[in-house]
Amino acid sequence: MRHPVRLLAALVPASLVLAACSGSGSESATESAPAAATSAAATSDGASDAVVVYSGRSEDLVAPLFAEFTTQTGIPVEVRYGDTAELAAQLIEEGDASPADLYFGQDAGALGALDAAGMCAPLPAGAADAVPAIYRSADGTWTGITGRARVIAYDSTQVAAEDVPTSIFDLTDPTWKGQVAIAPTNGSFQAFITAMRVSQGDDATRAWLQGLVDNDVQIFEKNSLIRDAVDAGQVQLGLINHYYWYEKAAEVGADNMNVQIAFAKPGDPGALVNVAGACVLTPAGNAEGAGALLSWMLEPSTQEWFVENTWEYPLVEGVSSPEGVPALVDLQGPDISLAELEDLPGTLAMLQEVGLT
Amino acid sequence: MGAAVVAVAVMALPLVYLLVRVLGAGDSAWSALWRTKTLDTVLTTIVLVLLVVIGALILAAPTAWLLSRTDIPLRGPFLVLMALPLAVPSYVAAYAWIAIFPGMSGIFAAALVMALCTFPYVSIPLVAVLRGMDAGQEEAARSLGLGPAAVVRRVVVPMAWPAAAAGLLLVALYSIAEFGTVAIFRVDAFTRVIYASYRASFDRTTAAVLAILLVVLALALVAAEARMRGRASRWRIGSGTGRPAPLSTLSRRGRVLGLGWLCLVTLLALVVPLGSIGYQLLVSQRREIDAGALAGAVAGSISSATLGAVVALLLAIPVGVLAARYTGRWVRSLEAGAFLGHGLPGVVVGLSLVFLTLAVVPAAYQTLAALAFAYAVLFAPKAIGATRTSVAAVPPELESVARSLGRGPIHAWWTTTGRIAWPGIAAGGLLVLLTAMKELPATLMLRPTGFETLATRLWSRTEVGAFGAAAPYALALIALAAIPAWLMGRWLTRLSPGSVAENVEWDSVSVPAVTTPAAGSKA
Repeated sequence: MRHPVRLLAALVPASLVLAACSGSGSESATESAPAAATSAAATSDGASDAVVVYSGRSEDLVAPLFAEFTTQTGIPVEVRYGDTAELAAQLIEEGDASPADLYFGQDAGALGALDAAGMCAPLPAGAADAVPAIYRSADGTWTGITGRARVIAYDSTQVAAEDVPTSIFDLTDPTWKGQVAIAPTNGSFQAFITAMRVSQGDDATRAWLQGLVDNDVQIFEKNSLIRDAVDAGQVQLGLINHYYWYEKAAEVGADNMNVQIAFAKPGDPGALVNVAGACVLTPAGNAEGAGALLSWMLEPSTQEWFVENTWEYPLVEGVSSPEGVPALVDLQGPDISLAELEDLPGTLAMLQEVGLT
Repeated sequence: MGAAVVAVAVMALPLVYLLVRVLGAGDSAWSALWRTKTLDTVLTTIVLVLLVVIGALILAAPTAWLLSRTDIPLRGPFLVLMALPLAVPSYVAAYAWIAIFPGMSGIFAAALVMALCTFPYVSIPLVAVLRGMDAGQEEAARSLGLGPAAVVRRVVVPMAWPAAAAGLLLVALYSIAEFGTVAIFRVDAFTRVIYASYRASFDRTTAAVLAILLVVLALALVAAEARMRGRASRWRIGSGTGRPAPLSTLSRRGRVLGLGWLCLVTLLALVVPLGSIGYQLLVSQRREIDAGALAGAVAGSISSATLGAVVALLLAIPVGVLAARYTGRWVRSLEAGAFLGHGLPGVVVGLSLVFLTLAVVPAAYQTLAALAFAYAVLFAPKAIGATRTSVAAVPPELESVARSLGRGPIHAWWTTTGRIAWPGIAAGGLLVLLTAMKELPATLMLRPTGFETLATRLWSRTEVGAFGAAAPYALALIALAAIPAWLMGRWLTRLSPGSVAENVEWDSVSVPAVTTPAAGSKA
């Protein structure tokens, strides 16, 4: 402390050395630590053939997947993890200067926003029609990779399985006053409302939302918080995605949970299946590698990996769904294409109008 | 002077970005302002700020008094313990509370948790000031016929108030910019609406307009604090030797009550979050800890936060020195300008630096340098107050003498003022270090690809609901951030009463301040 300048001067190189250690201890053979510490230098030389992925999906879930891709193809992958929407906002902000090659997000709405901003390149040939048309963009720029069903979570100690509503329209019934939880600021809820507007019309959707508000609906920030609140008996019902239940089961054991999930009846807006999807980005320096990775994610073996590890629905034919959930064809969500879910601002305005956000 | 202008210009960069966004959007930007909910949002945010500020004051004032003016047992350990809540990220505390009480929500819950995580910003400088106050003034007041309560009201409070106000400013700015806690407790404050604009509709204009409103609110807070500080200059201590106020002896009952209070605060601010996280770790079935990943994240947190603190000090020192030596309106505005980035949510600062880095120095995009720079823009204001108070306590004549003996300006400053004020400035750096370790949204955007910190690891695990797997990172983050917090607390315990007052013989200082490192955390 007697020579503060020297101390300060010593701190800087010491930090840089430490920074080089960060990330090196972790997972994936996707990159070397020094490359992580000075990515600007790294991207300009040796690592130029790496695919740079912006992943809105969690590292815990998908890092092993990218490592496997590198093992199989020899193409290195550099992944930047973040929130699906924040990464999309960041990509739009980066524009043509973006270092990213591939975007992998967990909401069709974010993909639609990227597409609208001109950030999505055409899909590689094999991937363009690998999944049913309702799970990809109409102009062939992004495709769903896996499916995620909307479900009604219920507290099995308070509500018997046969008493769980089979239509979301029942949720405005006084029986459930103050007992329904939703996450109106969450992307998957908003995508569901957008889908409902497409299939049921704006007036019916607004009336239903108003009915929820009048029925003292409980507002939460995230699906996981709704699931935990239902599990704790704080509310009886909640609208979430199906895999949140499986996540908790992996965390605490299925036998230790009060929360259970039920699927809405076929055709009900509540039976929507949204996707996690990907697109090759227009500023991509390595569009070829990005296309290879995207196509690989749609191969049957990779789709099986998703089923086993993220409990999501496979979207390509011939791969079976996770255990304990109805098959994708039996779910029969509302008859709409996910590419029609582009009017998120309209949904937001409606949610504001009824006072939910 | 020039350096200070440059430093403030750098810190105000996010505003440039916001103006680009808003002006680029034209009329549609202003229609965003007139939504019915904007007023609600403003009111909610103001009420939240008031509640947090009041809560922090209620927690800090008795604590500081017990630890500085009484003979309460275990004073040393409690001084350190009472600094540690700064190490607990409030989003972690919020999750911890909700895990215990799933029904918690709303503005009062949010204010409680935020106050518990921030009250040391107030209590630490208060302890320093209360300890350093010259006993003579209180005795003089008593001898002139004031009762004990009146002495507190008319002598102690006015003298301690500026220090408390500087801390409360940090608490208030933190409350308007915080996102995680308000989101978890479902309070419709500004940050939540701004995030919703980005997340739901990628609506950068509305978000930018609201962020500018937030800047206005932040500037109002800074101005209010500066006013309080300005008025405080009426109270001075004259030359002569200061003497510490005697410690009052607590009765048996007073001791029990005092210890009870300190234990209650410790329980709420430390035991609840740590206990809840520890419990999550125990019940989790995914308990394996990846030691390599943990070590990498620790290294990432230390390195990025340290670099951020160094850059923040480089920005803060010129501004702090200027504010300490000159007062006029111009200098005040300059100092206020430095707080612009501090009242903005991390996602706004993060996006603005994405935009600006790519526009100005694309090669630096997503490097450690850009990340350190972001931390400096976000948190340098925390070091400005520390620099100001510690430099103000050094007589400028020393520097003039050094100059007259032929030293250059920087050399002269460094060998006189810098030498003496250094511990206080370093404390400001520690505060930046501590806060940068907890930062998340800007870190996610600007870190080098593949670079991990404890906060990013923690986030990626809670994102998938793996609270058990997140627990080791949460505990490691708290443990790591506890080191600078502990250092600040320890400096307080070392600070012998009276040493402070001796340093203010030169009468150039407004407050009986505070050359001690601990007092640096004042701002």
